[in-house]
Amino acid sequence: MSILDQVRTAAADVLRVPPEKITEASTPEDIESWDSVEHLNLILALETQFGIEFDPEEIERMKSIGHIASLVESKAG
Amino acid sequence: MREDIDRLIAEGAADAAARALSEMWRADPGPQAAGFVVSRFEKLRESVSLMPYRLAILRSFTVEPVVPVLRAAAFVGGIDLTVQLGDFNAYPQEILDAGSSLYSFEPQAVILAAQSYETNSLRGWLKVFRERSTAHLILHTVESSVTPARGVLDSQTAEGEWDATQRLNRELREIAREFRGVYVLDYDALVSRYGRESWRDERKWLTMRMPVAAAHLIHLAQEWMRFLHPLTGKIAKVLAVDLDNTVWGGVIGEDGMEGIQLGAEYPGAAFQALQRVMLDFYERGILLAVCSKNNPQDALEAIDNHPGMLVQRRHLACLKINWAEKPQNLREIAHELNVGLDSLAFVDDNPVERQHVREQAPEVMVIDLPASPMGYARALRDAPVFERLSLSEEDAQRGEYYAAERERKELQQTSGSPEEFYRSLQQELEVAPVTPMTLARVAQLTQKTNQFNVTTRRYSEQEIAAMDSKRVYSLRVRDRYCDNGLVGVAIVEDQGEVCEIDTLLLSCRVIGRTVETAFLSRLAAEASGRGIRRLEGWFLPTRKNAPAKDFFVKHGFERVEENGEGSRWSYDLSKPMACPDWIRFV
Repeated sequence: MSILDQVRTAAADVLRVPPEKITEASTPEDIESWDSVEHLNLILALETQFGIEFDPEEIERMKSIGHIASLVESKAG
Repeated sequence: MREDIDRLIAEGAADAAARALSEMWRADPGPQAAGFVVSRFEKLRESVSLMPYRLAILRSFTVEPVVPVLRAAAFVGGIDLTVQLGDFNAYPQEILDAGSSLYSFEPQAVILAAQSYETNSLRGWLKVFRERSTAHLILHTVESSVTPARGVLDSQTAEGEWDATQRLNRELREIAREFRGVYVLDYDALVSRYGRESWRDERKWLTMRMPVAAAHLIHLAQEWMRFLHPLTGKIAKVLAVDLDNTVWGGVIGEDGMEGIQLGAEYPGAAFQALQRVMLDFYERGILLAVCSKNNPQDALEAIDNHPGMLVQRRHLACLKINWAEKPQNLREIAHELNVGLDSLAFVDDNPVERQHVREQAPEVMVIDLPASPMGYARALRDAPVFERLSLSEEDAQRGEYYAAERERKELQQTSGSPEEFYRSLQQELEVAPVTPMTLARVAQLTQKTNQFNVTTRRYSEQEIAAMDSKRVYSLRVRDRYCDNGLVGVAIVEDQGEVCEIDTLLLSCRVIGRTVETAFLSRLAAEASGRGIRRLEGWFLPTRKNAPAKDFFVKHGFERVEENGEGSRWSYDLSKPMACPDWIRFV
């Protein structure tokens, strides 16, 4: 599974929406359940899954699933 | 894996889906799996057996990310948790304000997780809390600092930070002991167990007020589960163990007495470590049983005569050593020990046997062991189903009772008529109003007794202590073999001419010995003495209380009402109720 797909699956789990509803372009504005608490939960899910850590600035700047996936890729790769 | 689980759910194979979800969680528990596990278990709510439970968390830091992890762990443990979080640092107001969301949520348990306390205020808050709520309260101790403000100087003075934290935590334990239903979670010990440096995530702390690193959220959730299992009653009363490669190394039938590994030196030491855990559990009142595929004479020879055995035959309440399937043997163990199958935990080194039991006897709590025997003892110690929050005198002696019970059964086989057997037991009953000394055991009996229980109403210590108009009786039974301890409870309430039986229960330890008849006749005689005309009560059927089904009709009660929930029975006290003449009251 590509990193993008793994991030999509993690987001679908945390945000409780079907995986097909999550695309590279999905943003917090598109998905109702994506609030600040779930954003933190998503960050923690990705940090444990990939064994990485995000900087506070990165967490704040995350704008879309694609953006998150590219950050994960740069850290886990 | 995820697709398979969703397919099972779509097909309606709820038990298989729950098993697969549990397996997924055990393989890799944590935030990355929590969302999936929680959302899928929520779909299974209607079709698998889960205990609903309401938990409030009062806190001074961000705990939001622990909640999904906790709920996933709870679902896998058979508990459907509803969690309410208090506002940041608002717990004093939440406790003091009778109209706060804390009380309107009606939690069954509350976690108070603060990073510092002023002990005089805390004592006052707990007092108010205890007056307003019967919920259990779990109090976190305070974490020691990794970097004391005064550096190494901290340890050179009497007023160091580290010392102050230790003193505070000692005081928290003392305060907790002043209140019923208040338990201490040693958060400082939890953090040090996993390492202070690795536990704390400074970035998350500074940006989100979350002092726990992502990798340790699971450990905090698991520590909470160690309290929630005993609080919800999702506990193992019996530990059934395999023998070969579990209790000793090697196969007794092939390797023989000299060949198996068991002793003070490695590799036998790993198996002695596991046996030591078994004995610790025995002291907690957990019954030990053997469930092994072996020739009985080989296995018993090792149990009785191997010098490395720490567990002795007198610790074992039941032995099933044969070539039958393990699910079948576990059912027989449950039957012989008079407990439900869901009160059994099973441990076996063989993953195939574990899977077999999970599929064929899904109620049994199967404990996974790691590949290396060196991890066996720890795996058992970490299982939350063996945790207890209080120990009664009865718990500590339970193993002996069951050994005596085995002898009693042998006697029953040699006696002729039932009367002869009852008479030979020389039973003495002591019925007494509940006292502060017996309150814990009385509450425990209402929470744990499933079989001989006419209404199965569960009460906490706090709830029983608060009963003003009701009479609460405990029953103690002695016989020629032992003092069985407190084994019965009755709660009655006079309502005009009627004495209402709210609760009447007996521990399975004394079922089938006419104790219930004597207990009831005593309640009837006392009610009659107070001028009461009728003794009445409900029988509310559950999945497990069939042993109490005929209780009222057998004792001459008439059915006066029947509805969807149960049947109501009435006894006219103008006719005296007979007490068996082989039972003596003291």
